[in-house]
Amino acid sequence: MSPTALRLSSASRWRVTGSLPGFGASLGFTLFYLGLIVLMPLAMVVLRTFDLSWFEFVAKVSSPRALSAFKISFGAALIAAAINVLVGLLLAWVISRYRFPGKKIIDALIDLPIALPTAVAGIALTTLYAPKGWLGQWLLPLGIQVAFTPLGIVLALVFVGLPFVVRTVQPVLQDIEHETEEAAISLGASPVQTFLRVTLPTIAPALITGFALAFARGVGEYGSVIFIAGNMPMISEITPLLIVTQLEQYDYAGATALALVMLIASFALLLLINLLQSRLAARGQP
Amino acid sequence: MKRYGEGRQWPQTLLIVAALVAAGVLLVLPLLVVLTGAVAKGWTVYFAAIHERAALAALQLTLTVAAIAVPLNLVFGVVAAWCIAKFEFPGRSALITLIDLPLAVSPVISGLIYVLLFGAQGVFGGWLGEHGFRIIFAVPGIVLATIFVTFPFVARELIPVMQQQGREYEEAALSLGASGWQMFRRVTLPNIKWGLLYGVILCNARAMGEFGAVSVVSGHIRGKTNTLPLHVEILYNEYNHTAAFAVASLLALLALITLALKSWVEARARSERQTAIIARADEDLL
Repeated sequence: MSPTALRLSSASRWRVTGSLPGFGASLGFTLFYLGLIVLMPLAMVVLRTFDLSWFEFVAKVSSPRALSAFKISFGAALIAAAINVLVGLLLAWVISRYRFPGKKIIDALIDLPIALPTAVAGIALTTLYAPKGWLGQWLLPLGIQVAFTPLGIVLALVFVGLPFVVRTVQPVLQDIEHETEEAAISLGASPVQTFLRVTLPTIAPALITGFALAFARGVGEYGSVIFIAGNMPMISEITPLLIVTQLEQYDYAGATALALVMLIASFALLLLINLLQSRLAARGQP
Repeated sequence: MKRYGEGRQWPQTLLIVAALVAAGVLLVLPLLVVLTGAVAKGWTVYFAAIHERAALAALQLTLTVAAIAVPLNLVFGVVAAWCIAKFEFPGRSALITLIDLPLAVSPVISGLIYVLLFGAQGVFGGWLGEHGFRIIFAVPGIVLATIFVTFPFVARELIPVMQQQGREYEEAALSLGASGWQMFRRVTLPNIKWGLLYGVILCNARAMGEFGAVSVVSGHIRGKTNTLPLHVEILYNEYNHTAAFAVASLLALLALITLALKSWVEARARSERQTAIIARADEDLL
């Protein structure tokens, strides 16, 4: 505890003015709780990886099964995030620009993937797209099988990632200066030209941020995917599932090595997203 | 007032129809398939599935876990937001990033880290075993994993709200002789109540619905360490689909209540902000 105490005593000097109370205590509690619940447990992944030699570590994370799981997790998340940008833009556009019956309900339902437990989403999507399901029975004759294939993984990730794009783009679309768009129109630009030259550049940062958020969520997603994926090693096995499988086989070292790679990737993504969001916030200010 | 994009009849209709189809397929159908699947064999079977002993035990555990995790993260959220929003200190933005970290981590890894700490092979596993404490494959592990995944929810809602409020009101209260606690209760709390409620609603939904992290630490002991989402998985994997959807319908209901509350809080917060603006404008006129 002494490093925290040390930090606290020097912390009191940072206070801008001595006006509001509770800085030392609140910062101390925040650091303590953060350390206890988040940082110390996460540090275990790094520490336990040191049980392995470098050679063993590389062997664990570059086995054919691990490599294909990484490829599937990152690949499916990338495709799903791209689809989310298109579908999310459509929904955000229609909700923020047009009036139509049921708009309030659709607007509220956009957050369903965040509110609905992932296991429920998983069994619901699987049932819908199974060969005999409501949608699966129509897709099968067309030669499209979604459930129990990599396509199912992409679909589940599109579901969980959708709110991230809509909720990032929607406020920007609502705040956009209509005068600029109307000026373009009155100068003879077609609606498509106006969208491509005026609207799209304005919302591009929000779209990129939404893409990154959806991608970050998709890479680590587990619950909604495992029911619909089929979970065939080398074909439709995502990295989080491989980690669980290795844990169940008491291969702690293997699970930890894979987890470290994923942690580094998600930490890098988090930093990128923070950077994007601070740029977005700076743009929003007049 | 006509906005750009309005009034052009058929492209607009086309976009609205496309958005409705996308929302219908991606959001409404999964919800419908859960609700119809739950009552597919009639209401008697539905109520029997919910009243079954293991289902009730799972419901009780889910409520217990949320009742511990949500208040803890609520207190943390208020305290962390206080020091981050009201004071300037070096490392402040790094602290915000660290608080957001659990959102970027795969749920599976959120469970794994506690297995590495407290599992039989974990750092404290030996000591815990000797003294007869069980954390992993027991309720404390489920609580810890849930606290981890819901860690940032309240804090990240409150930080921007508190920052926007500034420090003047609190400073005024103190200079008028209020104690720290009076200042918090009479000035800070009324200002942040909607943000606080919003964060708690999201935190609770995730706490009750978490699957991946809880799945890793639970051990899936029926009637003992199964939460509702884990119980859904077990029933589904046993091909007891009707019962799985019946239990899932409870979680879907929770999601719908969450969305309704969320929309209500957003609307209340918006109308209060407008009233405040009008009141301020009136004062200016006088």
